[in-house]
Amino acid sequence: MLKMTRILILDYGMGNIFSVQKKIKALGLTPIISNSEEDILNADKIIFPGVGHFSNAMENLKKLNVIQSLNEKVLEQKTPVLGICLGMQLMAKTSEEGNLNGLGWFDATVKKFNIQDKLNFKVPQMGWNTILINKKSDLMIGIPDQSELYFIHSFYIECSVEKDILNKTVYESEFVSAIQKDNIFGVQYHPEKSHEIGEKMLKNFIEI
Amino acid sequence: MFRPRIIPVLLLKDNGLIKSTKFKNYNYIGDPINAVKIFNDLKSDELVFLDINASKEKRLISLEFVKKVSEEANMPFAVGGGIKSLDHIHKVISSGAEKVIICSEAVRNPQFIKEASYSFGTSTVSVCVDYRKTLFKNNSVFTLSGNKKSRYSPLEFSKLMQDKGAGEIILQSISRDGIMEGYDLDLIKEISSNLEIPVVALGGAGDLNDLHLAFRESKASALAAGSLFVYQSKRRGVLINYPEKSELKEI
Repeated sequence: MLKMTRILILDYGMGNIFSVQKKIKALGLTPIISNSEEDILNADKIIFPGVGHFSNAMENLKKLNVIQSLNEKVLEQKTPVLGICLGMQLMAKTSEEGNLNGLGWFDATVKKFNIQDKLNFKVPQMGWNTILINKKSDLMIGIPDQSELYFIHSFYIECSVEKDILNKTVYESEFVSAIQKDNIFGVQYHPEKSHEIGEKMLKNFIEI
Repeated sequence: MFRPRIIPVLLLKDNGLIKSTKFKNYNYIGDPINAVKIFNDLKSDELVFLDINASKEKRLISLEFVKKVSEEANMPFAVGGGIKSLDHIHKVISSGAEKVIICSEAVRNPQFIKEASYSFGTSTVSVCVDYRKTLFKNNSVFTLSGNKKSRYSPLEFSKLMQDKGAGEIILQSISRDGIMEGYDLDLIKEISSNLEIPVVALGGAGDLNDLHLAFRESKASALAAGSLFVYQSKRRGVLINYPEKSELKEI
């Protein structure tokens, strides 16, 4: 059954999707890498990766004309979607990075790290950090609290709805490192670069 | 809790893995893909590959090689060697590298870093700052594998690169390369105190305590080393190695 799952990795010209693709293949599936409306509408699960600039990314999504089909899949058909890094940030309403609005799937906004102790806390945060699990979720099955994951980001999501907060992480201060609302998952860290814990998380996602 | 990345740096020459001392005296280490397999088993945080003669020979690191690494590597890896255009970056990234490392071209044309970070995202663009003391005892940045002196001090150049949008600075001491007697802690501290982006220490690490000092005392955000991870000890018997998980937490 699982082998038949159609996993779509959304290709919208933002960064490296190679490592996500490789990890999904390692789990025994053949992901589809595409941005066509047809592939989006036929997908069983959508992975929404991304590295780069928020407004550039929104512009690309607009140019590719995929926002409507994404909204239909995610909001109406309730297809599970996993946003990674910038892919998660795009699910917010607004961002301090550029002036385009996001997809607005979460009542949240994307902010730049405002660091006081600039000697000890560099931006981007690049490295390993631990997550605190804020609620039960299919994505977190078998993931211990305080697991280490790989982060690389200058912006984070500020989520005003407590029940949408899935993980928190402390850098200089606490920030939201993962969000979830029903079928919509978003993680700031990179499970595809986080050894076994990351693999387990991706496995959890494709088994949802 | 934030933990710094510990990064093996692997040098390529004529398709082989080598290790230098002070950017000279190359010692053959082995097959690079075999090294990747071992670092997979050892669960290294990241890998860096530098094709040391690419810029000097005016060519790009082999894309075929980058693809081979990406097929094997379980961890993110960064690649440097002759990268001097947005098209080069695109090709290296689409061959599976996570980040590019730019050295010579960043000195020649600092604006290139601005274009690169705008097009590919700040976190994709690392700048390697190779430096050593000149006759007048001042540290200067060098390019083309340490052969060409630039007009910049390491601090001036690192700040310039931050302003242009570099995601991190790899600060490499040429005179400590391969020596295994400790990082240049004072200069690392000077640079990291003056920068808001991460500084990766490189050059001189000989044991885990050196990594500890660069992180705790000099405020490096990541700790990179060549010899430490390819030699068994200072006697330089080849043995690919990496700290245990428990040791990483102590750093």
